[in-house]
Amino acid sequence: MSWVGRNIPRLEDPVLVRGDGRFVADLAIGAHSVRFVRSQVASGRILEIRKPPGALVVTGEDLGDVRPIVPRLNRFNYAAIEQPVLPRDRVRYVGQAIVAVVAATPEAAEDLADSVEITIEPDAPLVDAEAALTGAPIHPQAQDNVVVDGRLRTPGCDAAFAGADCLVEIAIRSRRQNATPLEARGGHAAYDRATRRIVLSASTQMPHLLRTGIADTLGIPETDLQVIAPDVGGGFGQKMGLYPELIVLVWLARAKRGRFAWIEDRQENLIASAHSRDQRHRLRGAFDKDGTLRALDVDVLSNIGAFSCYPTTCGVEPLMAMTEYPGPYKLSEYGARARGVATNTCPMAPYRGVSRPVITFALERLMDRAARQLGLDPVEIRRRNLVDAFPYRTVTGLTLDEASYREALDQAVARVDLPAFRRRQTAARAEGRYLGVGLAVFNERTGYGSPAFAARGMEITPGYERVDIAMSPSGDVEARIGASPHGQGLRTTLSQIIADELGIDMARVRIIHGDTDRTPYGWGTFASRSLVLSGGASKLAAAQLADRLRQGAAALLQSTPDKIVLGGGRATVAETQASVALDEIARAVHHGPVALTEALGRDLSAFAIYDPAGTFSNACHVAVVEVDVETGAVRIERYIVVEDAGRLINPMIVDGQIAGGIAQGIANALYEEIVYDDDGNILTATLADYLVPTMAEIPPVEIHHLATLTGASVTQAKGVGEGGAIGAPAAIVNAICDALAPFGIELYEIPATPERIRALLRAREPR
Amino acid sequence: MTTMKIGFTVNGSATTVEVEPRRSLADTLRDQCGLTGTHLGCEHGVCGACTVIVDGDPVRACLMFAVQADGAAIRTVEGLADGERLHPLQQAFWEHHGLQCGFCTPGFLMLATWLLERDETLDLATLRHVLSSNLCRCTGYQNIIQAVTAAARAMGKWSDG
Repeated sequence: MSWVGRNIPRLEDPVLVRGDGRFVADLAIGAHSVRFVRSQVASGRILEIRKPPGALVVTGEDLGDVRPIVPRLNRFNYAAIEQPVLPRDRVRYVGQAIVAVVAATPEAAEDLADSVEITIEPDAPLVDAEAALTGAPIHPQAQDNVVVDGRLRTPGCDAAFAGADCLVEIAIRSRRQNATPLEARGGHAAYDRATRRIVLSASTQMPHLLRTGIADTLGIPETDLQVIAPDVGGGFGQKMGLYPELIVLVWLARAKRGRFAWIEDRQENLIASAHSRDQRHRLRGAFDKDGTLRALDVDVLSNIGAFSCYPTTCGVEPLMAMTEYPGPYKLSEYGARARGVATNTCPMAPYRGVSRPVITFALERLMDRAARQLGLDPVEIRRRNLVDAFPYRTVTGLTLDEASYREALDQAVARVDLPAFRRRQTAARAEGRYLGVGLAVFNERTGYGSPAFAARGMEITPGYERVDIAMSPSGDVEARIGASPHGQGLRTTLSQIIADELGIDMARVRIIHGDTDRTPYGWGTFASRSLVLSGGASKLAAAQLADRLRQGAAALLQSTPDKIVLGGGRATVAETQASVALDEIARAVHHGPVALTEALGRDLSAFAIYDPAGTFSNACHVAVVEVDVETGAVRIERYIVVEDAGRLINPMIVDGQIAGGIAQGIANALYEEIVYDDDGNILTATLADYLVPTMAEIPPVEIHHLATLTGASVTQAKGVGEGGAIGAPAAIVNAICDALAPFGIELYEIPATPERIRALLRAREPR
Repeated sequence: MTTMKIGFTVNGSATTVEVEPRRSLADTLRDQCGLTGTHLGCEHGVCGACTVIVDGDPVRACLMFAVQADGAAIRTVEGLADGERLHPLQQAFWEHHGLQCGFCTPGFLMLATWLLERDETLDLATLRHVLSSNLCRCTGYQNIIQAVTAAARAMGKWSDG
C-alpha cells in the first residue's frame, strides 16, 4: 500500500498540541531585549536624535558602513531605490524603525524606547498611489515615484478593439491588507564564542536567502552566520523578506558579543511589517456578440509603499498581474501597463496569492459585467472563453499544462444547482430578502522554478529546490531540504513521497529543514511551490537512493539490480523468496568488511535538484450570499470549491490549505482593510480595528477534487497553497452584485464592507 | 522597579515567583515558569492565543497581571496530556487536522478544555459562539470545529440539539 494519497495525520502535530513547539519568542528568554523606536511621521527630515545617557542605543550613524537593502530587477524600467537599515537623514513612512534600544527585559526596553527623543521636520506625505504619480519624489532614483513600469502590447491589440462588437470597461480597487500571521515577526541573534559565528533564529519563510541578504548588507561571509527557522507561526508571504530589524540584531550580536532578541508586538506588525494588495486596475475588454473575448487592455497601479521588498522587489505585484492577467481564458490580443508606485506608507510584500486575488476579482467582475451587457448567461460566457486544449501557450508566453477549467466550472455549477437557486432567490426577493450567487474561475501558476523568476529580470533568481537524502547505518532516512515549511505539513507529505519511493514505513523518514548549517541552499516556502519543488526533488533523490539500495541488495543476494524490488522495508529478488532487509544493506554499506563493500560502495546518499517551468492548478469557487439591505451586512450561506491540484499527496492537508486560503479570501472580500489617514497615520493598528475574521464569520466550505495528472510535475502534484485566497473575493463580490441586481448595484471595490454596500444602496434609494 | 513575591499553582505544582507588578501573567508563565506553550499573538486581548484557565475560568493571560493570580490555580497547555497520552482534545486536533502552524492551538485547546469541563453538554451553536473569541489564521476554523466536536463526543459531552 502506498503512503501517497492517504490522509496521514501530520507528523508535526504531537509536539505542537502539547505546547512543546519552539517558536522564536521561546528562544528569546534571557536574551537582551531589543525595541525599535519608530517614526510617527510619514515623511520628514531627521533633525536630531537624543539618546538617553548610559543606555545601549543604536542609530543609523552607529551602524557605520552597513549597506542599504537594494533589491534589483534588470527589466521593466526598474529604479533601484535604497532602504537604509536605519535612516540617517529622512523617514519615509509611519512605523519605519529609526533607533534600536537594548535593555534587560522587554518592559525595560519599552521604557527606554520612550526616553529617546527624535526631532523630525515633517513634510507633506504621499499616501495614495495616484497622488504620488504627480508628487515630489520620495526617492532620488525614481523622480516620478514610479519604481517599476512594465508594458506590453500585441501588434493586433488596437485593431481588435476597433473591430469589437462590444466594449466592456471596469475599474476595480483592492484596499490594503496585512497578511497577519498569528505569530508576528521576531528574531534572536546569539554570538557563539567557540566558533565566533552568529546564530540567528528568526521567524522566516526563507532562512537561506535571509542569510544571503544579511551577510551582503553587513559585508560578512555567509559562513559567519547560521540562520535557523524554528517553528514559525504562519507567514503567508510576510516572512519572506529581509527586514532591517533582523539585520540590526545580527549587527548587535557581532558588535557586543551577546544574545539579542526582538519580538515584534502586534501593533508594530500591523503598522510596520509589510502590507499587500493596495492596487487599482482598469480593464477594457473587447467582446464579440457571442461573448468571445477578443482583446484585453489592463492598466495596473500598485501602491508599493516606501521601499522595495527583498528579494522579489516591488515588481512582484504589478508584474505578476501583467504576466498572468489573461488567467484561464483564451486570449490572443493583449495590452498591459503595470506600474509600482512609491508612497509614504508601509512597504508592500507578497501575500498569499500576490496579485492573483486582485486579477481574479477584476477578470471575474469583467465577465459578469460583459455577460449582462451582452445579455448572456454568466456561466456560458465563461465556458466560451475558458482554455480547453492543452498545452496552451498564453499571450504572455506562459504554457498552461493539462488542467480542467471547464470541468471545474461545470461541476461547481451543477453542485450549486443554479435553477433551484434562482427559484429560491425569486421567492426570497418577494419577501424583501436578497440572495445572490457568484462564480470565480481561475488558474494559479504554481511550483515554478528559476525560468519564471528570470523572466521578471530578478537579479536574485529563485526557483530551484534541492534535497539531500541519506540512509543512516541504522536504516533510517534523513532528507535535508531547502524549503522551509511553517504550517504546510511538508514533513508529513515529503515523508509520504520518500517512503513510497524506498518501500519503507514513513516513520523511518525524517525531514530536516529550516537551518542553513544542516540543509542545502534553497529558497524557502512561498508561491505554492514547496510540495511541487521539494516534493519533486525528494522523489528524484529518493529514486537515486533506491537505485543504490537495489545495487547493494543485488550484491548481497547474488542477483542484478534490475531484478530487485523494494517494499515492506526489504529488497527482494523478483519472483523469489530471496530478500534482505534494507537495514541490513545500510549496515553492510557503512560497516561491512572491505571485501563486501567493494561491490556495495560506501555511500547511501544522493541529492537532486528540481527546477521545472511550473504547473497550473485551477478551481471554480461558488459563493451563495445573503445581503441585508438595511445594514449592508453580508452572510455567506454556502461556499463550494471544485479544484484541481493534480495528484493529492495527502488530501486532508490539501483541504486544509484550501479552507485556510478561503478564510483569508473572505477576509479580503468583506473585512480586512488597513486604513491610512491623509497624514499617513494608520487608523487600524489593533486587531479590534483590523478585522481578522473569527469562527463566527467563516462558513463551512464544500471542497470537491478533480485530479488532472500533469507531466509538468514529477509527483504529478500541483501547488495549492494560495488558491483559496485567490478565488474568494471574486466569488463573494459577484454574489453580492447578483443579490443586489434588483437595485442595479455593481461593486468594484474590496473589502465590500457594510459601509460601502450601504453607500451604494443609499445612492439608489428615493430621497 | 519594585518587585512582589507571589505564589500560585501551575498544572498542580506550587510555584513562587518574584515579579514586577506590571508584568503580565503570560510573560510570567513563559519567562519565569518556563511554560512557553502559552503564546502571545496580540497582547491586547483579541486573539486569545494566550488563553489559560485560572481558578476554573478561561483567561487571556496577556490582560491579567501576574500579581492578580497570587494564590490562584492555573492550568496551561502543558498540563493537558497525561504523560505520553494526549488529552482527547489534543488527540482530536491531531486527527482532524485542527492546526497548521500551531501557534494559536494552545489557546484554542485551553478554551475548549474549559468548554468541555462545564456541567452542560455542548452544541454547535455554543461551540461556535464561544470559540469565536479566538483567532486562527491558518485553518479556516472548520477543522477546529470538527476536532472539538469529536472530542466532545468522545467525552460524552456532545448534544446534537
